[in-house]
Amino acid sequence: MTSIEKVSQWIEIFGEKITANREHLNKLDTAIGDGDHGSNLTRGAAAVKEKAAENDYDNLANFFKDVGMTLVSKVGGASGPLYGSAFMGMAKKAKESDDMAELLEAGLEAIQKRGKADVGEKTMIDEWAPVIESVKAGSFNQDVIDESLESTREMKATKGRASYLGDRSIGHIDPGAQSSAYLFEALLEAGVIDG
Amino acid sequence: MAKEYGLLIISHVNEIATGLAKLIDQVAADVTVKTAGGTEDGEIGTSFDKINAVLDEFKEDKILAFYDLGSAKMNLEMAMEFSDKEIKLYETALIEGAYVAASLLQADVDLETIEAQLDPLVIKE
Ligand SMILES: Nc1ncnc2c1ncn2[C@@H]1O[C@H](COP(=O)(O)OP(=O)(O)O)[C@@H](O)[C@H]1O
Ligand SMILES: [Mg+2]
Repeated sequence: MTSIEKVSQWIEIFGEKITANREHLNKLDTAIGDGDHGSNLTRGAAAVKEKAAENDYDNLANFFKDVGMTLVSKVGGASGPLYGSAFMGMAKKAKESDDMAELLEAGLEAIQKRGKADVGEKTMIDEWAPVIESVKAGSFNQDVIDESLESTREMKATKGRASYLGDRSIGHIDPGAQSSAYLFEALLEAGVIDG
Repeated sequence: MAKEYGLLIISHVNEIATGLAKLIDQVAADVTVKTAGGTEDGEIGTSFDKINAVLDEFKEDKILAFYDLGSAKMNLEMAMEFSDKEIKLYETALIEGAYVAASLLQADVDLETIEAQLDPLVIKE
């Protein structure tokens, strides 16, 4: 049973982490992109916070939908449509399920539908996929988050802006995987998933 | 006289989009060309809201769309899902693709023939 209180706390903590680590995310994106990932998401997090404060949600679907639409509008870049699609995918799923593993899986599917990337292409998917597997297996913890993130370092980017660098993209952590790592750390901290 | 199809140019940089529209206007004066370049606050990037708003401005119901880099495509595809218009997205080199399409639209060439001409210009997946 996933409660709306815990989920809104999750998103709030995610926003705080993004905002606090804005420069780190920008730095990661400077190495293999255009240096805006932290700024993009911080702008989105502020808008999400404002939106959430305006409303009193009584169901997950409406909450996720607002988060998704706000991110699409405010974040821009590749990560706007990607995170936006993820939350809209979760919103759709939330109409029939409140199982966190299923919700996250619907989010990942939406990311893949939007960005046409798969695991191993050095994107946020390399954080999402192993985390979801561990949630399903009941073994989700900080180590899973950290190891998945670190695994992106030696990958060669074949999707997104970093792919224009070819082999030069190797040796750097993917910024989108880092922001997704914050998303899942927030999930742990908010206690959305027991264990 | 207006044509059946309008043309949309999406770029990360406003000046790239408007510059290309200028190039095209010279050879396709009767084709409606609109642009969504840069973010809403004029920075480098692409914006779902901006693309959405521009789509609404077209009086044409059918639109051929051309873009520069990957995230422009993602924002465009999202906007396509929200729009009632019939939008076709082309994976060609931006300048060449949009130029060819506009020139042929101006000459009232049918879409099938236009697409055949665009085919060798496809450089994105
Ligand atoms: N096709 C894609 N599928 C999944 N994730 C992607 C894709 N393209 C980019 N990303 C993610 O987006 C991140 C970059 O986001 P951001 O900097 O906000 O956008 P942009 O690259 O447009 O500047 C990358 O680090 C990567 O994780
Ligand atoms: Mg970037």
